[in-house]
Amino acid sequence: MKLKLPNPGLDRRIPSHADLERMETEEAGDRPKWDNKAQYLLTCVGFCVGLGNVWRFPYLCQSHGGGAFMIPFLILLVLEGIPLLYLEFAIGQRLRKGSVGVWRSINPYLTGVGIASLMVSFLVGMYYNTIMAWIMWYLFNSFQSPLPWSQCPLNANKTGLVDECARSSTVDYFWYRETLNTSTGIEDAGGLQWWMVCALVAAWTLLYVCTIRGIETTGKAVYITSTLPYLVLTIFLIRGLTLKGSVEGIKFLFTPDVNELMNPTTWLDAGAQVFYSFSLAFGGLISFSSYNSVHNNCEQDAVLISIINGCTSVYSATVIYSIIGFRATQNFDDCMSDNILKLMNAFNLPENNITDINYDQSLTLLNQTNPALVDSLNLETCDMKFFLSQGVEGTGLAFIVFTEAIIRMPISPMWAVLFFVMLFCLGLSTMFGNIEGVVVPLQDLNVLPKSWPKEVFCALTCLISFALGLIFALRSGNYWLALFDNYAGSIPLLVIGFCEMIAVIYIYGIDRFNKDIEFMIGHKPNIFWQIAWRVVSPLIMVFILIFYFVTQVSKSVTYLVWDTASETFPTLEKQPYPTFVYAIIFILAGIPSLSIPAFALYKFIQRRCCKHKDNYSDSVDSISAKVEMNGKA
Amino acid sequence: MLEKLLILLFASNVLAQVCMPDAPEAYKVRLSIKTALGDQAYTWNDNELYLFRATLAFAMRNYLSGQLFDVSNILVCNETERVSFWFMVKSVTNPTTLIEKQHVENAIKESRHRINSAFLLTDQTLEFLGILPTLASPFVPATPPWLIAFGVVMGVVGAGIVYFLVAAVVQRKRKKTLDEEEEAKGATENEIAGENLDGIYNTSFSDDEKVTEM
Repeated sequence: MKLKLPNPGLDRRIPSHADLERMETEEAGDRPKWDNKAQYLLTCVGFCVGLGNVWRFPYLCQSHGGGAFMIPFLILLVLEGIPLLYLEFAIGQRLRKGSVGVWRSINPYLTGVGIASLMVSFLVGMYYNTIMAWIMWYLFNSFQSPLPWSQCPLNANKTGLVDECARSSTVDYFWYRETLNTSTGIEDAGGLQWWMVCALVAAWTLLYVCTIRGIETTGKAVYITSTLPYLVLTIFLIRGLTLKGSVEGIKFLFTPDVNELMNPTTWLDAGAQVFYSFSLAFGGLISFSSYNSVHNNCEQDAVLISIINGCTSVYSATVIYSIIGFRATQNFDDCMSDNILKLMNAFNLPENNITDINYDQSLTLLNQTNPALVDSLNLETCDMKFFLSQGVEGTGLAFIVFTEAIIRMPISPMWAVLFFVMLFCLGLSTMFGNIEGVVVPLQDLNVLPKSWPKEVFCALTCLISFALGLIFALRSGNYWLALFDNYAGSIPLLVIGFCEMIAVIYIYGIDRFNKDIEFMIGHKPNIFWQIAWRVVSPLIMVFILIFYFVTQVSKSVTYLVWDTASETFPTLEKQPYPTFVYAIIFILAGIPSLSIPAFALYKFIQRRCCKHKDNYSDSVDSISAKVEMNGKA
Repeated sequence: MLEKLLILLFASNVLAQVCMPDAPEAYKVRLSIKTALGDQAYTWNDNELYLFRATLAFAMRNYLSGQLFDVSNILVCNETERVSFWFMVKSVTNPTTLIEKQHVENAIKESRHRINSAFLLTDQTLEFLGILPTLASPFVPATPPWLIAFGVVMGVVGAGIVYFLVAAVVQRKRKKTLDEEEEAKGATENEIAGENLDGIYNTSFSDDEKVTEM
């Protein structure tokens, strides 16, 4: 398929191979460079490996057939993830610009793709750093024994525990009341929670100090933030395997259910997970890759990082589920002992008459003798599977399930600190990529004076994100975050990813791209890459996009609220969104996606009415002109 | 009113010597010895029951100071294998009346810890049904610990930001003065990069008077 759309003037906009060689030897300019390969790899790994590996993948794995989920995951990793990653690395390394610069070089009409990346990076960064603030809050609260989420506070007249806490659990209460102070709906904004604002300040200033000089500072920070999570995961694995019930959890995770493979949602979720897990379409990876030397082997890098990302997902799933297995076993044991105690007390049987082993027999026997009394006890059914499948994704996993498991482990504060430091590092290294994906395009767009140093761009980004992110410090902040998570970070990314593929393969030209790669790494990409880039990956992207769109639009738009007055309390209640939220959803998902055609249209109109100016500005913008007019450029 | 009082007196008189479960002055006690002590659990027998009655008498003596309660004042009935039973307390001053529930409850609450310790049990394993254990209020430190951690982190981060910004400003100033110096030099002379303007002293053309004197 040698389809190629006409693209005049491409050679004037991009550096030629000779220019690249010259830039390589001269080391011209103020473009930052990586200190060494390890920094680059650690930064990319840090960007890709994030909170999703820890709290999204394990849930998907377990709910879609356990071990069998590996099959669609690995297939889509190879067919969708690696080609897209390779493409982003290669184009960044070749054109040596951030996302806006790259797409503008390929064709000025495509600048919208870069702008969409910028917008999505900004929106996602806003809410992602709020999760970091929550993690920091828990981290700050972990330096005490007993941990604050292990006890309920007493009510006003000290006769008993606070009602909300007694009805749900200590961890639920600490999360929903003492951390979020959540309201009963998204329309009930509540006020700003001062402790949340403090945590947000801490998160944004810490991020600022790490990204203040771009990769100069982040390159040093990633030595810790990208490696510490693996150390902590290993510590948790060793600890987890010594706890009772951990093997139950791991078995539950990996037990294959091959029937799930017939379900299209499994494949859809696997594809979406691969796509989001690689942090594609944010623009950060293109930026990072552009700081490499021209002859860096980006093919090797792409394959290596994909393998690391996949393995990390599986490894962290194992660790998480070993701890979940422990917690579920503890809950199950508690449930059983509760029931046994109730039966023994009611029937005045001697202790240890009923044990876990003969519970069922004893229950049937007692039920035959006195069914009315047995009924009046309201015995709970203790189901191990139920405990294993409780709230095991997203913030629920980290702040409710895992914290509960931690308080049952000896030396809880230490485990809490370790866990939250790990989550913090995972999130921080992802935020580095997000900031890169906002600051560099902002610099490329020339909307602000070029004389302003990078520190100011970074400060502006962090400040504005913090100011707008204060919405997440309201009492309804949790609901806003879920909204952002569902809509800002999903459909626009798929659209951008698809457009990136089309742009590089059909507008830039696959032939030119192949030659570029041959120039950079010494050999042309083989037939697998050709087929993947031209046919397979775009098709997969289209399928996922369509299915995603259809499922999002068709299902009723609801969200879960924490309402003490609801009947299902302490389970979260499903509520429909109020009507104004639909406008917000359109802004979050629609505006980045629509900016691609919108900008193309704008450029088209601009060209049309200012045709004579256009030629002049083109000639001044070319690379060779820039290189020769050195001095104070 | 008077009739009710008479009937009550009469009834309590008749029942005073008889321990009955669910009586208005009776409490149910439940012990979970094996749960509390595991392998080191002692078997419940009459001697243990005697000890229980003695500790209860001790509690009543402490509460109603002056009245010398004895083991015989504590009536026990309906023992079960669970190890649970009902008890009532007879008054010392008037052996036909029973001590009211409220007094018994207060007495037990006061000496709860001593009663528990006598049996190596806790509030949860030695239950007096109807008497709630006093809740230990959760430990609340003076300054919330999270503020301390927050302060430390903000201090470090603030120092970092100040350091980086100051370093950037200093670097920029230094670069500016260096550039200005170079410009000043470059304006007066024709600067050819890499060459010494004064030229290299070529010894072959020099006067060698110092070296050779012929």
